[in-house]
Amino acid sequence: MTEIIRLDNITYKYDDEDQRPALQDVSFSVNRGEWVAIIGPNGSGKSTLAKTINGLIEPDSGEVEVGGLMLNEKNVWSIREMVGMVFQNPDNQFVGSTVQDDVAFGLENLGIPRDEMIERVRNALEKVNMLEFAEREPARLSGGQKQRVAIAGIVALRPAIMILDEATSMLDPQGREEVLRTVKEVKEEENLSVLSITHDIDEAAAATRILVMRDGQMIQEGSPETIFSYGEELVEMGLDLPFPERLKASLKKQGLDVPHDYLTEEGMVDWLWTSVSKM
Amino acid sequence: MDIRFQDVGYTYQKGTPFESKAIYDIDLSIKDGSFTAIVGHTGSGKSTVLQHLNALKKPTEGTVTIGDRVITNLSDNKGLKSLRKKVGIVFQFPEAQLFEETVGKDIAFGPKNFGMTEEEGLEKARELLPLVGLDESFMERSPFDLSGGQMRRVAIAGVLALEPEVLVLDEPTAGLDPQGRKEVMNMFHSLYKNKGLTIVLVTHQMDDVAEYADHMIVLEKGTVMKEGHPREIFKEAGWLASMQLGVPSTVKFAHELEEKFEWTFDPLPLTTDELAAQIIEKLPTKGGASV
Repeated sequence: MTEIIRLDNITYKYDDEDQRPALQDVSFSVNRGEWVAIIGPNGSGKSTLAKTINGLIEPDSGEVEVGGLMLNEKNVWSIREMVGMVFQNPDNQFVGSTVQDDVAFGLENLGIPRDEMIERVRNALEKVNMLEFAEREPARLSGGQKQRVAIAGIVALRPAIMILDEATSMLDPQGREEVLRTVKEVKEEENLSVLSITHDIDEAAAATRILVMRDGQMIQEGSPETIFSYGEELVEMGLDLPFPERLKASLKKQGLDVPHDYLTEEGMVDWLWTSVSKM
Repeated sequence: MDIRFQDVGYTYQKGTPFESKAIYDIDLSIKDGSFTAIVGHTGSGKSTVLQHLNALKKPTEGTVTIGDRVITNLSDNKGLKSLRKKVGIVFQFPEAQLFEETVGKDIAFGPKNFGMTEEEGLEKARELLPLVGLDESFMERSPFDLSGGQMRRVAIAGVLALEPEVLVLDEPTAGLDPQGRKEVMNMFHSLYKNKGLTIVLVTHQMDDVAEYADHMIVLEKGTVMKEGHPREIFKEAGWLASMQLGVPSTVKFAHELEEKFEWTFDPLPLTTDELAAQIIEKLPTKGGASV
């Protein structure tokens, strides 16, 4: 497997006088085609980390490599072409007066010929299931629809990497599901690598690997199953407790012996089934 | 203080070509001392309903009764100020409304507008900080140097400083991390339990409704579809699913178990503790009911 993102010993302070760096000696890598989730409480450095990857922030020390290119003044524009970002607030990332104008905005900046642009915009809107809204005003869409348009804007640019910075946190449950489904589909079809910063358990569960940040440092790394088995500690890691873990905690409190390993809802049902049949 | 809506409707820009009906035929009641959850999709009319709870809007049809005040289309604005002191609304992302140099002054701003001196206002702020989970050292800090969760608490303290009897919360946990969400929700629950405040919570989180509310109102397309105890409303999982509203995780899991094990959960478990207790009762090793 080839690495598409590599960070080596990144340290960054927003202000020289800050006592604690926003990022402290952070290293990790993402392989091509992988989906990595970064979790951690508010203020742990997750968003700062994402911004170092496409050069929105220049680290005080350490190296960033994206798609085989070292991040420096010369390469930063090539790297930004490889990385698409979706931010938290769907209302803060619209520039076009219609959905299709908005998706076309990035392509115009790259000087893509008009015929190809029309094709790419259509194609991208189709992928996120928003083609029928092409002529609409972005302001009139629901939160989930807005985020899907933002994703289309990225897909149209054909990047290699998509970064989601709490992209579902301001949406209602329906919108969340909509966006998550879209990311899953687009990731497969476009063979993207995904880095998602999130507090949402379902989004974290979709990842192949979870990294945990605290106080500017990376403190844990593991598969969703491994990380979810931390039980109550998950809340300190900035994640909601999965429902089976909450139920397990209640059962344990009321005197039942429960398995230590992480159980999915299905696993929970199976375990109860075994307990019932022990009769 | 009870709040009652009778046949309430509100039409924006009535009598113009841009007329649009936001809510209609609304009957509901929020009892003194209750914890009421209002759920519904974006565009269901929730925000318009909220603005009627302290007469920020007057109904274009029907009557809103807040305590002993009756508000209709014809009501004048006399005495609305004292009404708004009694019903405090925390809007979405209230931290965006912070503006003072220090946390203390920001919290004291409301009371000062209602006639307290600067000293009294600051004293009030000092009293309130522990209630929202912050200590006195925050008094002199700039609200803009705080974390998102801390800023939100300061904004909420600013509303509490007016000593409302009813606290209306519009998605108060949106954008907070899970730890922050839990702390903020526990804070509201303790205001309800220990201080006897009436709470009105607008939320998408059915798990929060199940955990905290004793009364629930389902709004859809501008009117009330159902009103009652969450335990009754969550019984109708199929109906809720057809509205794309969903049920709490506990109810969903209980239904799964009912199908797989031929168990019956009665009463419907709303919290994980209630669900766990009923599961343990049904397990053979504990000598409970047979399966």
